[in-house]
Amino acid sequence: MMTHREVLEVLAAHRNDQVVVTTMGSVAIWPKLSDSPLDFHYIPSSMGQGVPLGLGLCLAKPGRGVIVLTGDGGTLMNLGCLVTAAQFSVPLYILLIDNGLYEVTGGQAVANAGRTDFAAVARGAKIPRVYECASLAEWKAIASESLSGNGPVFVWLMVKGELGQSTPTSPRPMSEQINRLREALK
Amino acid sequence: MLGSNVIVSALEAAGFTHLVWIPDSHIGTWEPELRKSRLTLVRVCREGEAIGLAAGLMLGGARPLVAIQCTGFFEAGDAVRNVAHDLKLPLRLLIGVRSERAARDGKSGDNCPHFAAKLVDAWELIHSRFDPAESTPQQLADVFRKLTEVATASAILWAE
Repeated sequence: MMTHREVLEVLAAHRNDQVVVTTMGSVAIWPKLSDSPLDFHYIPSSMGQGVPLGLGLCLAKPGRGVIVLTGDGGTLMNLGCLVTAAQFSVPLYILLIDNGLYEVTGGQAVANAGRTDFAAVARGAKIPRVYECASLAEWKAIASESLSGNGPVFVWLMVKGELGQSTPTSPRPMSEQINRLREALK
Repeated sequence: MLGSNVIVSALEAAGFTHLVWIPDSHIGTWEPELRKSRLTLVRVCREGEAIGLAAGLMLGGARPLVAIQCTGFFEAGDAVRNVAHDLKLPLRLLIGVRSERAARDGKSGDNCPHFAAKLVDAWELIHSRFDPAESTPQQLADVFRKLTEVATASAILWAE
């Protein structure tokens, strides 16, 4: 099974000029791979709001791709956001990093861990392109295709759960992040 | 009672670009006029989601208004806290207060008006009260001006 970091390394190799919105565990890894003003580390956050935030960016900036790195816990808190996103034809790329647990609270399992078919949920919401990857080879094979063209796109990435992770912090204060992002989007 | 055409014209005049909303039995009656307006309508599934989506719109330079019933505002508390106080974005909320008029007249025991007022205070939102049944178009324009002229998150408690 691939690691969270390996998933993001592949993303770093295929990301173009899209905004990348990170949440929770991804905030600890992505700054080691990228330092673009188009990176927005959504922390402190409201859990489950990463995808709505990314969709809002897409709607405000038509044509601008937005990649949202979200977790299984956050996604489960806000499954309706997939239905909302499916109403729009926008380049929104939702990468679900599924480790089956709440990593920063001690590794407790999420509800129905390992049994929920997130791809089926996304397809049921009528997200037009849905991918699922249980291995690094599968993710590498579809990364370029999945991160291009119109969407929304949903990529379910099953990763190894890692215990002992602490709540990450953003490399920059929120106000600085917002200013950087807005400047880059002008 | 102010008509939906007057309300939607005032929303346009206030400079809103998007309405992120879930209709209720009052706000929902505006939909035919909204569909004819310049506003982009964004229908969400749940109110907390409306707040996160509005944050993304604001980051991208748009000027959204979130229109929800107070029951949904109660649900959306953590998202409001985050956008208003962590991200410090000028979130604009129109909160329909269910049973406000009936409660004022002693004809309803609905606790929505009681808690709506307490919760906008709890989240430290600058807010005004507005009753479309007792107000003029000019007062409507004034309340939208007050909503949008502050730098921080703000709300209108809209009597239903």
